[in-house]
Amino acid sequence: MSTRLATHGRLLDKSRPLTFTFNGKSFKGVEGDTLASALLANDQMMIGRSFKYHRPRGLVASGAEEPNGLVNMGEGGKFEPNQRVTTTELFDGLTCKSQNHWPSLDYDIGAINNHMARFMPAGFYYKTFMFPRFAWKHVFEPVIRMSAGLGNAPKDRDADTYEHFYAFVDVLVIGGGVAGLQAAKAAGDAGAKVLLIEQTAHWGGRAAVDGGTVDGVPVQAFIDATIDALDAMPNVQMRHRMMGAGVYDHGYVLGYERLTDHAPKTAGPRHRLWRICAAQTITATGALERGLSFAGNDIPGVLLASAVRDYAVNFGVSVGDRTVVVTNNDDAYRTAISLKEAGLDVPVILDARPTGGGALADAARALGIRVENGKAIASVQGGKRVTGVAICDQAGEGAVLEEIRCDCVAMSGGWSPVVHLWSHCGGKLNWDDDAVHFRPDPDRPPTGAKGEAFVITAGNASGEMDLHSVLQDADKAGKSAAKASGHAPTRTAAPTGESAPEAVMMAIWLMPHGAPIKLRAKSWLDYQNDVKVSDIQLAAQEGYESVEHAKRYTTLGMATDQGKLSNINGLATLANALDAEIPQVGTTTFRPPYTPISMGAIGGEARGDIFQPIRRTPMQGWHEANNGDFEPVGHWRRVFCYPKADETREQAAHREVLATRASLGLLDASTLGKIIVKGPDAGKFLDMLYTNMMSTLKPGRCRYGLMCSENGFLMDDGVVARIDDDTFLCHTTTGGAERIHAHMEEWLQTEWWDWQVYAANVTEQYAQIAVVGPNARKLLQKLTDEDVSNDAFSFMGWSDLTLGHIKARVFRISFSGELSYEIAVSASQGRALWDRLLVAGKEFGVTPYGTEALHIMRAEKGFIMIGDETDGTVIPQDLGLNWAISKKKTDYLGKRAQQRSHMADPDRWKLVGLKTLDGGTLPDGAYIVGEGVNANGQRRVIGRVTSTYHSPTLGYGIAFALLLHGPDRMGEVVNVAMIDDVDVPAQVCDLVFFDKDGEKQNV
Amino acid sequence: MLILECPYCGVTAEETEFHGGGEAHLTRHGPDSSEQDFEDYLFQRENPKGVHFERWRHVNGCGKWLHAARCTLTLEVFGTYNAQTFEPPKHIKDAITAKRPGWTWRTFS
Amino acid sequence: MKRYSVFAIAREAARYHSGWSRAWKSPVPQKKYDVVIIGAGGHGLATAFYLGKNFGITNVAIIEKGWLGGGNTGRNTTIIRSNYLQDPSAAIYEKARSLYETMSQDLNYNVMFSPRGVMMLAQTEHEVRGYKRTAHANALQGVSTEFISADRVKELAPIINISGPRYPVLGALWQERGGTARHDAVAWGYARACSDMGMDILQKCEVTGVRSIGGKVVGVDTTKGAIDCEKLAIVVAGNSGDIARMAGFRLPMESVALQALVSEPIKPALDVVVMANTVHGYMSQSDKGEMVIGGGTDAYNNYTQRGGFHHIEETVRALVETFPMISRLKMLRQWGGIVDVTGDRSPIIGTTPLGNCFINCGWGTGGFKSIPGGGWATAELIAKGTPGPLCAEFGLNRFTEGRFIDESVAAGVAH
Repeated sequence: MSTRLATHGRLLDKSRPLTFTFNGKSFKGVEGDTLASALLANDQMMIGRSFKYHRPRGLVASGAEEPNGLVNMGEGGKFEPNQRVTTTELFDGLTCKSQNHWPSLDYDIGAINNHMARFMPAGFYYKTFMFPRFAWKHVFEPVIRMSAGLGNAPKDRDADTYEHFYAFVDVLVIGGGVAGLQAAKAAGDAGAKVLLIEQTAHWGGRAAVDGGTVDGVPVQAFIDATIDALDAMPNVQMRHRMMGAGVYDHGYVLGYERLTDHAPKTAGPRHRLWRICAAQTITATGALERGLSFAGNDIPGVLLASAVRDYAVNFGVSVGDRTVVVTNNDDAYRTAISLKEAGLDVPVILDARPTGGGALADAARALGIRVENGKAIASVQGGKRVTGVAICDQAGEGAVLEEIRCDCVAMSGGWSPVVHLWSHCGGKLNWDDDAVHFRPDPDRPPTGAKGEAFVITAGNASGEMDLHSVLQDADKAGKSAAKASGHAPTRTAAPTGESAPEAVMMAIWLMPHGAPIKLRAKSWLDYQNDVKVSDIQLAAQEGYESVEHAKRYTTLGMATDQGKLSNINGLATLANALDAEIPQVGTTTFRPPYTPISMGAIGGEARGDIFQPIRRTPMQGWHEANNGDFEPVGHWRRVFCYPKADETREQAAHREVLATRASLGLLDASTLGKIIVKGPDAGKFLDMLYTNMMSTLKPGRCRYGLMCSENGFLMDDGVVARIDDDTFLCHTTTGGAERIHAHMEEWLQTEWWDWQVYAANVTEQYAQIAVVGPNARKLLQKLTDEDVSNDAFSFMGWSDLTLGHIKARVFRISFSGELSYEIAVSASQGRALWDRLLVAGKEFGVTPYGTEALHIMRAEKGFIMIGDETDGTVIPQDLGLNWAISKKKTDYLGKRAQQRSHMADPDRWKLVGLKTLDGGTLPDGAYIVGEGVNANGQRRVIGRVTSTYHSPTLGYGIAFALLLHGPDRMGEVVNVAMIDDVDVPAQVCDLVFFDKDGEKQNV
Repeated sequence: MLILECPYCGVTAEETEFHGGGEAHLTRHGPDSSEQDFEDYLFQRENPKGVHFERWRHVNGCGKWLHAARCTLTLEVFGTYNAQTFEPPKHIKDAITAKRPGWTWRTFS
Repeated sequence: MKRYSVFAIAREAARYHSGWSRAWKSPVPQKKYDVVIIGAGGHGLATAFYLGKNFGITNVAIIEKGWLGGGNTGRNTTIIRSNYLQDPSAAIYEKARSLYETMSQDLNYNVMFSPRGVMMLAQTEHEVRGYKRTAHANALQGVSTEFISADRVKELAPIINISGPRYPVLGALWQERGGTARHDAVAWGYARACSDMGMDILQKCEVTGVRSIGGKVVGVDTTKGAIDCEKLAIVVAGNSGDIARMAGFRLPMESVALQALVSEPIKPALDVVVMANTVHGYMSQSDKGEMVIGGGTDAYNNYTQRGGFHHIEETVRALVETFPMISRLKMLRQWGGIVDVTGDRSPIIGTTPLGNCFINCGWGTGGFKSIPGGGWATAELIAKGTPGPLCAEFGLNRFTEGRFIDESVAAGVAH
């Protein structure tokens, strides 16, 4: 059984007991435990079920590479699925549950898949579930979905918060093991600004577990001294519980800091996402141990040798009482020695190498441990827990020589440098035949903004595997990075490390070498996704020869560990099956993040009300206080209407229209874009920008203008006022201001840079209020002594007036067909003017109105709306706006485009009015249909409705439509198609439905 | 995340401070141009695998349009320069030649 | 070719699956083919398949510089829908969608087409009107969609926050027979069927030149030697500009990176595909349980298959707002693909300035969903030499004439 040892546990504070629950059972742990070590200490070996076959799963590793130890953790707003127990620090009150089983971990219906495993090899689902056709969606897929997935879906809104940080450093060191510490020290000594990050809560990495000395002192003493030295350096910042998640182009690195996962009651954000700009990044990310492929290697109790050692040394936990060690290298002997020293039984070390190990093997023998060279595991016995192993010759086909009782198997297939971060941005790898792993090729690094190498590896991550060369390499990396970021490294020598010399390892990809299919079908590569040696071989046999094909066909390496444990073994298996060399087969692409990071952290602070900035007009507060019903328009929120008690939105809008047309309405028009265009060439510039002539506009006058893209399409419209000879004020649509200002800047800066013109977006500097209706002039006159009569202040003129004490610029323009003034005042005076207009307008029954009333009134008058009549495919000519297109100008943006054959085609749809015969209102977006179908069998269309409203003024439905030969069809009845209903007839009519002669506006 | 230097304000900043504006050094063709010239101007793009001249606007900064010479395969930036030019300045061309020997300006067209 | 079925699996199980043969052959190139297709992605393989199936043309080589299906076919978010606004788009995407319905049976390869429904959220009044318009257009195009209420949205996807403070959900355009399929399987299924018809799929074979005589294509040079052909089709997505250059013409197109990501797998939580164009993000849950998420493209030309992390941030932020529960899920993996984006963001299928050379490209973010339709239309184009009705509007000449097919009107940026 697994249990807590009386001795050992270098990371524990045994004086501080903690309580937690697993599947409702209360367990005890201590401060310093990971959830994994605490579960083992309570003899909870089985933690979950695998993805496909629902096989029992226990821990394999002790760190980020763990594929099996995933739990549903927490409750309510703190619930999180797939929490990796090996990287979860234990805290008091932690609750977690095992995953992927029903009804319980021990008795899982899904485990029937395990008995069907022979019928479910790699890719079996591509070969079946095809009949009957409907069954995939309705039968097979639901069953597969239920059986797949891992953790449960969170139900409640996340109770935690997240934040983003920026950091700009010379040297970022990722990994706080001895290599990272030494690299940071070397870079820091050179004066570089250094950020050192470590994913766990501890500095020093594996070195203290593995032992050795540095400059004659135990490695732990070296670690402690280096941390102290770094702490004292003002140019070095150290953060633990922070992972280097991804390396991106131009030296941009993502850091993922887990602030409160280990102490969830702490106030503040849970995770912090760091966006780090580093001139140089050192990846001191260590190495990961690989497993060995033998039958039954997935049975709970089979772990990586390093993990068994970690649990004993770091956490004082024995995984088993009797541990069989199986290896192809010397490092695993350290595990045997540690266990023996902890008083545990190691019945045998199976060393697959015929010649066996070196000094460490001698040390193991000296402790009385039986060592068998050239031997392998034929199969592991047990179901939910290892009960023993059958031993065979590695060179043979698995004939059993002996059976040995044990409850733990510690396996080691060698070590692979963690090259993920090196590779994220294009760093290349070389296969090292001696060390049997891929290591970074320093000659083909990721390159940055200037083409320079910006990632340097250090220590194990470089493929340096013994303590001395790790320190040498790290020191060099730190100095190189400092130098590359403009600092002079010191000439101090790197520390000298000393550790036990190791004999050469031997590549072992299958155990035993000649394992028959029966064994291969039980030899796991990917524990979580249930991919076995036989699956990779099947993929190769079926032609899925590329490593990407094999991966995707078998799902190898696609689990939550992203193949940290399985990729190299899988790759080697594939290479063997194809009779190719490993480097020829190549690797799959490493993609960020290194281990999964929370979506919450990626999203950061921007949620709910601050999801996006809100732009507010000076009168927004009044709208909110007066029941404004808002709609998002760009980042603005405009009032759609102001419903009174019991009113629907439609009723409110209709009331607003009628009140405005009868007497007086007020509109907050502040969101309209306002751009000042100024300079000696301003007129010339606007002549290019607008389709009509602006240079001839007289100061004091306004003109409606259309703006097209260079591709000919109508992009914006608005009223231009000439302020003086050199100055124009261009109004744009709401939401158009930034776009149009950018459009102006683009042409001014990149095409006509010698023209003397400035453009300034002053949208937010002004509040604008439209005073609309037959009593508009009376209201205006109440507020000013100046003459605002029609003679003094005519339609399409503007005037600077003082309204009370408020200086205003008043434009006599109309988008409603009513007598109308748009009053612009400085933003700070907007609310005061609004309030004053409401008070002064009381006698006229002044009615504030929203965008819907605005739209209805403009439609009644036949005015187009950008975004309704236009959609990016419409040119002004389509809308009957030829009057606003200058014939005199030789050029304007869009002119050449509008000469193209399709643009000049007489069969383009043209804008007309539509009235239903029964007075009803046509639906939004309906099409007008012609006869028959087109070549693709689609019903032939001859037009479409672009705007449609019920006109409260007229009492019937009105609409605009783009229609084939529209203007030639006046009076004709066309058919408007309804969805799932008969066509509705509608009569083609003039666009102007109300006050055709403009009598209301020109008074 | 690209890092670009604005040649106007001298700021070196992340890509998010800028806005990309497509291929640079296009010649505008107006009302008198041929169909082919106009289509080329609006739509035909070099889209090279390698050295690309492109427009950016320092939109969340000084607001200026600038040009960058950049490799689309490695994302290396050879240099940035003012947008008020008809072709890349000599020092940019030299910088590219130093890194990509044999390269020539507009080999395709 | 051994037929795939549950019975075949049962038979093979008895002998540990040792009897399965290769899904596709690994041939040596012939000197000459009737048709050479450059690009063994979804569109290239589908083109080959329908050349054989619809026109009996089987002396075909499909040349692939990497491994088949290894480009955008294997990198997308697997969404299939045809709720397009413009007639030509709706026609080709609906053709594709309808072929997906029977693809598993047609290819005898389970591509797991799952018509689970696709909804596009309307979060502004403008979007409401736009999607209603699309629903009207679709009704006439024979594409079955409807505009549904916010309540119905909540019913179909309970994890959506329909009353978010910034962009409440006002309704959605719903295509019940839209959905997803297993992307790799589509490429593999077509490849197996093509190989079975006697076509040669030449992987790890890169085209280095296009040879022509008198303005007509006569063959290609490859890393496996020269190959002659009567007709050539360029179907290489993000690399189209490169091959076009070899063939002596340019394209109205740029190549940019498009990114996607997946979460760790969880038990079923989202049964439909949801697209939220106002906030720029879309999400579905794979059969494996991962949330599959896609967002926008970079604003610069790029061939690296990597993009800026800020796009991932924007997408995830939008989706956390739309689906608050994903805040406590974790991003497992992010990746990028290179898409080719044309002047009007619609694809190009048609003849080229080079005689007997045809092109299928420019799908931007819509490539996967159109595979069978694009292949069908391209096969017809190659076989007859002139475009059929499905692709008649998608020719290169539309850029000269100003006859664009602009879907941004209703679809926003995302697919």
